[in-house]
Parts: sequence; C-alpha cells; structure tokens
Amino acid sequence: MRAADLATAVVLMGLGGLVMFDAVRLGYDWGSDGPKSGFFPFWLAVALVVTSGLIVVQALRRHSPQPFVSREQLRPVLAVLVPATAMVLIMEVAGLYVASALYVAFYMRWVGRHRWITIALLALGLPLATFVIFERWFLVPMPKGPLEAWLGL
Amino acid sequence: MGFENLLLGFHIAVTPFNLFVAVVGIMLGTIIGVLPGLGGANGVAILLPLTFTMPPTSAIILLTSLYWGALFGGAITSILFNIPGEPWSVATTFDGYPLARQGQGGQALTAAFTSSFVGAFFSIVLITFFAPVLAEIALKFGPPEFFAIQFLTFSSFVGLGGGNPLKSLVSILLGFILAAVGLDIVTGQLRMTFGFTELMKGFDFIIAVIGLFGVGEILLSVEEGLKFQGTSTGMNLRVVLDTWKILPRYWRTFVRGSFIGFWMGFKPGGATPASFMSYAFAKRFSRNADRFGKGELEGVVAPETAAHAAGVAAMLPMITLGIPGSPTAAVMLGGLIIWGLQPGPMLFKEKPDFVWGLIASMYTGNIIGVLMVLAFVPFFAAILRIPFAILTPLIVVVCAVGSYAVHNSMIDVWYMVIFGVVGYVFKKLDYPLAPLVLALVLGDLAENALRQSLIMSQGSLAIFFARPISGVIMAVALLFFALPVVTPWWRRFRGGSVGTPAPRET
Repeated sequence: MRAADLATAVVLMGLGGLVMFDAVRLGYDWGSDGPKSGFFPFWLAVALVVTSGLIVVQALRRHSPQPFVSREQLRPVLAVLVPATAMVLIMEVAGLYVASALYVAFYMRWVGRHRWITIALLALGLPLATFVIFERWFLVPMPKGPLEAWLGL
Repeated sequence: MGFENLLLGFHIAVTPFNLFVAVVGIMLGTIIGVLPGLGGANGVAILLPLTFTMPPTSAIILLTSLYWGALFGGAITSILFNIPGEPWSVATTFDGYPLARQGQGGQALTAAFTSSFVGAFFSIVLITFFAPVLAEIALKFGPPEFFAIQFLTFSSFVGLGGGNPLKSLVSILLGFILAAVGLDIVTGQLRMTFGFTELMKGFDFIIAVIGLFGVGEILLSVEEGLKFQGTSTGMNLRVVLDTWKILPRYWRTFVRGSFIGFWMGFKPGGATPASFMSYAFAKRFSRNADRFGKGELEGVVAPETAAHAAGVAAMLPMITLGIPGSPTAAVMLGGLIIWGLQPGPMLFKEKPDFVWGLIASMYTGNIIGVLMVLAFVPFFAAILRIPFAILTPLIVVVCAVGSYAVHNSMIDVWYMVIFGVVGYVFKKLDYPLAPLVLALVLGDLAENALRQSLIMSQGSLAIFFARPISGVIMAVALLFFALPVVTPWWRRFRGGSVGTPAPRET
C-alpha cells in the first residue's frame, strides 16, 4: 500500500511540475489587462506539488504491511480491464456495435462460462437495443464500421 | 406569489408526457441504484446525451427522477443484500439487514422507502420556500461573492469530508488543473496541451464521471468478488399497511433526520455524514438503544430520512447559485448548459417555467417514486440475481456508449478507460473522487470569478475580505480548511480521544 501511495504522490508532484513549467511559459504574473493565462494553473500547480509532497512525507512515516493489490485481486480486475481496452480498440475499426457484441460474448464465455445460447441472445440483443434506443429514437449516432456500411445503415 | 409559481410548475410537471418521463426516470434510476458500479452520478451522465433532443423541462425531470430512483434503489440492496449501493446507504445496512435476516425485510423496506419519502418531502417544501429567496439574494452577488461560495464548497470537502484532508485537497487541485487544460477563452491561448491537438478541447467532466464512478467502481467490485447472499423481500400490501401503522411512533426521528439531512445536504458531500449523524442521534435518544444494530426499525428510519433530505437539499445550491452540491447535481448542471440554459439566480427570472416545473416535479417524482418502489421491490431485487459475468460487460458497454454519445468522439471513450483506472487507484488509496469532479465542473467558473475579482481590485486579494458577504463566507471557508489541523490539537487539549473519521462520499 505504501509503495503505491508514494508512487501516486510522486506522479502527482511530477504533474504539478509539468503544469508549472507550462504556466511559466504562458506567464503567471499580472498582464496588461488582468492576470495572465498561466496565473491560475501556476498557483494550483504550486499547491499540488506542496500537498503531494506532504502526502509523500506522511506515507514515509507510516507503515502498512497490506499490499496495494494481491495477485488474486488483480486477476479479475485485469480480466475486465484488458478486454474492455481491446473493445475500445476494435471500436476504432469496426464500430461500437460489433465491438460490444464481441466483448460481451467473450467476457460471458471466458469468465462466466455461460451457455452459447444465452451468450448469443445477449451479445446480439445489447447492440440491437443500443441501436434502436440511441440511433433510432434519440438520433444519437454511434461509431460504425464495415459491417454497418455493408448492411447499408 | 410563491404559491402561484408552484401552481404554474404543477401545470408543467403533471402533463402526461412529463409524468411518463418521471416514471421512466424512476424505473431506470432504481435499477441503476440497485446495480453495483452504477450510481446516481454516472447514471445521469450516461443518459444525458438522450436528453439533447428533449425540451429542457422534460429533460431535467428525467434526470432528477433518475436521481430519486437511485436514492430509493440504494436502500433495496442495503437491506436485502447487505450491500450499500451508495455510500449514504451504509448506515441503513446496520439494522436493515438484520431485520431482513429475521424475516422482516418487508417491514424494513417499507420503513426505508417511507422515511426516504418523508425526508425528501421535507427538503422539497423547504426548497420551495427558500430557493426564490436565495436566488433573490444571489442576484446581488458579484464575482468576489461567487468565488467565495466556490471556495466554501471546496473547503467543506477538506474540513468536513472526513478521511485524509491532504488527499481531498489533491483531488480538488487535480480537478481544477484538468479543467484548465485546453483553450483559455479569456486570452485565446492554449494551456497545457503540449502540442497535442486532442487536448485542445480539454477534459469533459461527464466523461470523468462515467470513468471514475462507472468503470472505476466496476473494477473495485470485481476485485472484491461479487457475492450476493440475498434474503427474500417478504413484501405485500398487508406488511406495508401494518408498518405504516407503527411508523408514526418514530415521528421524533423523522423530524430530527429531516433537519439534519437538510442542514448537511446543501453543503457538498453532505448525504453520507447526515445519514450517520442521524443514526447516531436516533440511537442516543431511543428508549431501546441496545437493540440498535440488531434489527431496530428506528435504525432504518433515521439514516434513510436524513440521506434523502440531504440528497434533495443538494439541488438547492444548483438551481439558485449554479453551484452543484454533489456530483449528480454537477452532471445536471452540465445538462442545463447543454440545453442552452444559464445556471444561476437569473434562471428564476428568465425561465420560471423551467425552475418551477423542476420544483413541482420533485413533489410528483417522489410520490410516484415511493409508490413504484413499494410495488415493484421483488422485481428490483431480482436484478441482483443476474450473474455478474453478464452484468459486468453490460455496464462497461453502457458506459462506453454514454461516453461516446456526449461529443461523438472516440477519444472520449479512451479518456473513460483512463479515468476508470485512475478512479480505481484513487479509490483504493483513499483519494475522494467527488471533489475532483466538482472542481472539474466549476474550474472555468471559479477561474473567471477569481480573474474578474482581481481585475476589480487591481490584483489585491483583500477584495474577498473587504466586501461583507464574501468576507463572511471566506472566513467560514478558511475555518473549514483549518479544521483538520485544529481538531486533533483541540481534542488533545480537552483530553478526549481522537474519533474515527466519518466514511466519505463518493
């Protein structure tokens, strides 16, 4: 837990440094007609660096034997996260409907070991419902790919 | 005059279409409240794109009804499954779940819904009277006063939020920094884009809400390993009527809970502490205090009344000042801007039909809500029996659809994934997420108020303290910021022990 706490605080300090750097470029003092663009971000970044610095000190003084995440805990988390990222990747090429059908089917089979008939119903039903509700009723377009082009939608 | 306006509001809220919208909203909201990983804030965020083509009043009725539904839904999982769907339902599990285990789930649920309704109703009545007055006062506010109120909003997260005040502060700062990314509308300069054109548009808080609360919450709940050990609802008309006969006995708890809820609720992050405070008070004053925690009906009444009174009260600063009191209210505020309305005190003058339609719909929405949840509890409880290998991908897909729909852009879906991971890590390390979201929403407003104030004063910070209203607000805000430093010192001085920090709001 302590390592993760330290790492996060250090990353936040770095982020603060980055923002300060950009704020200095923009100018953080008084301009001709009021504070310059970098004024607000600069002081936010200063406060962020100081506060995360204090969190570092706090974390160094405290010991916690409990790990941030155990191996058994991480497995199901990655099992959601990795396929979800893959889904977004597929979305870029094949559109939302195909990507979500594949994702639902994959997750249900791989994690849930559901029967193929249940999987088929949900994996096809969800994109269809999304299409009807968003695209037809509320006229909100979703990303589409070659399949939709072929179907002429 | 207030009465006439309210009547006008009812004319708008009671049209068949708006009633239908309220029913749909409550239905969806209760489902969202029951589901792990979906709560009021991200439920509202996901549905927001669907309201773009609706009239604003119907749109806000849909979103607020969803919120009422989510508030009711939280009680179902707390009592039947011992899983608080929302942080303010935690106190409801203390006595609700034992009652359900003893076969009195129906009684506990009826008490919870009725208390929710009473608390909400109390707050709505107060809003009806206070909102116009507050808006009238707020019309005289200048930039320094608005900045002071925002300062107060964030100070209360640090001072009263519980948990680690440093981490609350980091969340706030991070939210403000993310809000500053992109085009600076005042000077026309690009800030913190570092040459990436994608960053020009900045970060939308709706995406942040869906990622942090939706995806992040799903990651947390699969980590904990979802196991539902539900008890049966045991709900029928007879149980409802019998419970209603007992409930008037607890009128003191109702009154106390409502006041605590309203008082805590219009400040940010108030619902959770309000529910715990109300529970603690009820226990202290009850004749059967030793039965609390083992299945005492009063232990369900107290937190539910307060949590709902607080949840409704959070709408007050949103409609009168344009400053949201909770992440859910923040998303609704974002909705107002998208529908072309300017949030703030002018809304009462310029769009009375919208404001009063909204207030009237709070009455109708909560009445419909309590009847619907009482009638359909078994249906909502059945949702949790859906295997989690089905629920998880469904929720992730719904989050992705919602993120894309806001701006029709793929980059937002990527941001959602990133915010999901950030939300997971932050939640585990005890960084609160609500202040981050609120800072992201209010970033531009706060910066403009600060800039204008400083221009008025030629760069002197003294302006915030020289004006009477902003001076008082700033003084209170500074006191809140100082609380985490002062409190342990004060306790040591008095020789008391350091109490356990209150659980935080998400």
